[in-house]
Amino acid sequence: MKGEYILRVENLHKNFGDREVLHGISFDVKKGATLVFIGPSGTGKSTLLRCINQLTEPDRGKVFLDDEEITGCGARISGFRQRIGMVFQNFNLFDHLTSVENVEIALLKVRKMKKENARAKAMEELRRVGMADWADHYPAELSGGQAQRVSIARCLAMDPEVILFDEPTSALDPELTREVLEVMKDLARSGMTMLVVSHEIGFARSVATEVIFMEGGRIVEQGPPLEIMNNPKHPRTREFLGRIEHD
Amino acid sequence: MDPITFFIQILAPALWQGLLITVALVALTAPFGLLLGTGISLGRQYGGRALQAACSGYIFFFKGCPLILLLFMLYFGLPSLGITLPAFTAAVIGFILCNAAYNAEYIRGAISSIKDGQMTAAQALGMTRFQAIESIILPQAMRRAIPGLSNEFIYLIKYSSLAYMITVIELTGAAKIAATKYFMYNESFLAVGIVYLALVTLTTYAVSLLEQRIAIPGMGTKNLI
Repeated sequence: MKGEYILRVENLHKNFGDREVLHGISFDVKKGATLVFIGPSGTGKSTLLRCINQLTEPDRGKVFLDDEEITGCGARISGFRQRIGMVFQNFNLFDHLTSVENVEIALLKVRKMKKENARAKAMEELRRVGMADWADHYPAELSGGQAQRVSIARCLAMDPEVILFDEPTSALDPELTREVLEVMKDLARSGMTMLVVSHEIGFARSVATEVIFMEGGRIVEQGPPLEIMNNPKHPRTREFLGRIEHD
Repeated sequence: MDPITFFIQILAPALWQGLLITVALVALTAPFGLLLGTGISLGRQYGGRALQAACSGYIFFFKGCPLILLLFMLYFGLPSLGITLPAFTAAVIGFILCNAAYNAEYIRGAISSIKDGQMTAAQALGMTRFQAIESIILPQAMRRAIPGLSNEFIYLIKYSSLAYMITVIELTGAAKIAATKYFMYNESFLAVGIVYLALVTLTTYAVSLLEQRIAIPGMGTKNLI
């Protein structure tokens, strides 16, 4: 039925050489949901996100955005990517552009917005993540937390329907992690649809609508955060949670 | 003839004429050499298999071919194939072909020093590869390529003297002619050496001004020269 799910992933497979990274992943995402993917490193969580916006091409399986198929869409992929934001572990801000230029560049080049409109929109998004005072600074002059907030603003400026967060706080110390998580919590509460790969269990507990535990390229267990955290059914989930909560 | 009269009446006017030709050679070569070099490095980095092979072949050929041979072929060789080029044109074409090959190598090095994440982030925002190269990759790569490109520009100033071998009377040629005619070798060559030194100094200064103007914190373009 149309419109119920903003994003649908069907039976994704991906191999790198003879290493199987994704082994038939399927899930649906309702509009406004926040899915948090947890699991040991190297289990294909980041690859999964990259397969959704086709930065990595899956070998098999389908991805639908609002019932339109993304997989195998050829040159139309740029159009889909405008609607799916992505936030990276290493921020990937454009090094030669200031914060505000980072946020407005896609508005200018992709959306072909007028300069003054793009600037106004970029400043609005910087304000939303608390970075308006740093508009004219270059990425090298920002702390990791600030850089990640600018990269979230860059993403938001495109008015995405879904945002993929690929370990957004893994490169940050606890203090900076908190400021980024605050921004992400606000986003989740404002109704943004988010897929988050993260080891931040506290974040998962407080804002996730669903937690998905992955291992070996498969979804082992999924469900509401409290159920997964407090009462994991699968022994592997239990073991993993026990390990990170003691860290 | 005493050296001072020689300098004022003979050498200085000759060097001035030669300087104009040298500057014209360099000014016509540099922009097209940069354009062609950029195109070749992009073709080699981002093109399909055939284009990559063609661009690598270009660099292989023109890096390996002595410039003087290239000029001889263009000026003395082509007429037998029915193509006769004026000496000045042959020189500019030869310089562009050679200059582009080296520029392409400097730009390729700069492009490959840019982290993959820059392209990934651009594409994730919905940019096409072309848009990403134009607005993200090239502005960064060109900044990083400046030290190499400016060295190549300085080489160009100096190897433009090879045009004399195909009868273009540029700086070195003008000095050589005056020196031979009046038997004033040391005076002539010392004077022309000073002119080259001045040109190179001017270039170095202009490049460092340019670098300061476009310097970006964290991009390491400061104080590279």
